[in-house]
Amino acid sequence: MSLQEQWVALMTILRKEIKRYLRIWTQTLLPSAITMSLYFVIFGSLIGSRIGEMGGFTYMQFVVPGLIMMAIVTNSYSNVVSSFFGSKFNHSVEELLVSPTPNYIILLGYVIGGVSRGLLVAVIVTVVAMFFTDLHMHSFTVVVAIVLMTSILFALAGFINAVYANNFDDISIIPTFVLTPLIYLGGVFYSMDLLPDFWAAVSKLNPLVYVVNAFRYGVLGVSDVSLSVAFGMIGVFTAMAWFYSMHLLNTGKRLRQ
Amino acid sequence: MIPALSIENLFKEYASGFQALKGISLEVKHGDFFALLGPNGAGKSTTIGIICSLVAKTGGKVVVYGTDIDEDFAGAKKNIGIVPQEFNFNMFEQAFDIVVNQAGYYGMSRELAVQRAEQYLRELGLWEKRNVPSRMLSGGMKRRLLIARALVHNPRLLILDEPTAGVDIEMRRSMWDFLKKLNEQGTTIILTTHYLEEAEALCRNIAIINHGEIVENSSMRDLLRRVQREVFIFDTVDELPEVVTVGGFEVRRVDDRTLEIEVEKGQHINEVFAGLNQANIRISSMRNRANRLEEMFVRLVEGAA
Repeated sequence: MSLQEQWVALMTILRKEIKRYLRIWTQTLLPSAITMSLYFVIFGSLIGSRIGEMGGFTYMQFVVPGLIMMAIVTNSYSNVVSSFFGSKFNHSVEELLVSPTPNYIILLGYVIGGVSRGLLVAVIVTVVAMFFTDLHMHSFTVVVAIVLMTSILFALAGFINAVYANNFDDISIIPTFVLTPLIYLGGVFYSMDLLPDFWAAVSKLNPLVYVVNAFRYGVLGVSDVSLSVAFGMIGVFTAMAWFYSMHLLNTGKRLRQ
Repeated sequence: MIPALSIENLFKEYASGFQALKGISLEVKHGDFFALLGPNGAGKSTTIGIICSLVAKTGGKVVVYGTDIDEDFAGAKKNIGIVPQEFNFNMFEQAFDIVVNQAGYYGMSRELAVQRAEQYLRELGLWEKRNVPSRMLSGGMKRRLLIARALVHNPRLLILDEPTAGVDIEMRRSMWDFLKKLNEQGTTIILTTHYLEEAEALCRNIAIINHGEIVENSSMRDLLRRVQREVFIFDTVDELPEVVTVGGFEVRRVDDRTLEIEVEKGQHINEVFAGLNQANIRISSMRNRANRLEEMFVRLVEGAA
């Protein structure tokens, strides 16, 4: 396929993906807005007002970056896992597999689709957050870079989950039993300084710690981890997830007989 | 001329050790209407799956219009359109989107994709249903949608895996006419079907596959010429006597007004009528018990078993 044909194929996948999640916006966009509003009300306003400052900021200001990042992570992931598994389940993935579209375009199409949903939900959540607190941006570059890298990483993770999933239960196991605990223990609601040394060290094995802290640095200018380490870790995880996803597509594992 | 499809020594062994294909070879000429027949589990769909990349082969060579799939699968795929046995589109997508998206996967511009989608949806009688989610279409419409989707990039080789399964007679006949016209316009067609009269009516060449091996590969005419025996059913005007004999033929009295008579190769149907006249049996109608291809198919498949 020529580069122009590949571009057409990529745009086709992307258009289809965006159309899919917009068509079912009550399942894809609205829940995050409602959930995050509840977090803002309960943890930010009600409980947060009794907690006081954390990391030099009001508790509401402290949790907002983590909650936005939580929305990005879960939406990028769940968009790709549900869409790709759905197409595997109803065999419509065969439309792509029999076509000359290169595997990297297929992967890129689904990943960009997931990223776009992650970003759209991030905008919605940010707008909702602005009703509860003043948001300032410490570093626009860091915010954009970390949002893009994180959404790409979790879109890829969703893709891997979708390839391995055999039924609809399998696409909710990872988000429920792995992703959610990692997010909650990734410093969304607390600073690492509050943890005993041992647990603070253990937390550093959690990739979400780097994601949340790097984003918090971009918004508030404070972080529990070094920014370069955070970018390095996310970059390595993203590269690993990309190459593994390509390996799955190239070998046709769970996709071709 | 370069063959549309050339398969050499094709093997497929699954991880369980089951050999679905045991070194099959066949060639389909450009412009042919080719029947690939076989009982369930014979290896037809595996063969098709390998040609269009849904199944990974374990050995052998597949060349589509001169392009080896091991060297340039994307190039080979551009020449192939596939109509699968199962409905494999997103049931929530509209018919029009399904066809246009498929064109996009082949790199066709949106403008051309829309134009082709309209052309094929109109030709297949689906234009009025273009904005209907595919799950709302009838079984016959879904089958036609699969054909429109497979044709949108104008493939030179169209592979149809049981395209008329579950389709009513009227719709089947109109699909036959459509496919005949398509073939006359130069599209090579490979058809698998369990309706043998369909293969007999449409195809010029045939391969029969059984237990992963080709047990017959010839022209339809040659194959039918080799039919050794045909059974005809005669409906009589009057009630038949208890014992009926028609000289030189094996006769079975089915009921009071029905006879089955076997005609071996070399015997003539005129002799049957002469014998019936002699026995004063008047005939109101006659038909084959099974079509000739079916007779041959059963003999070949049972012979190989």
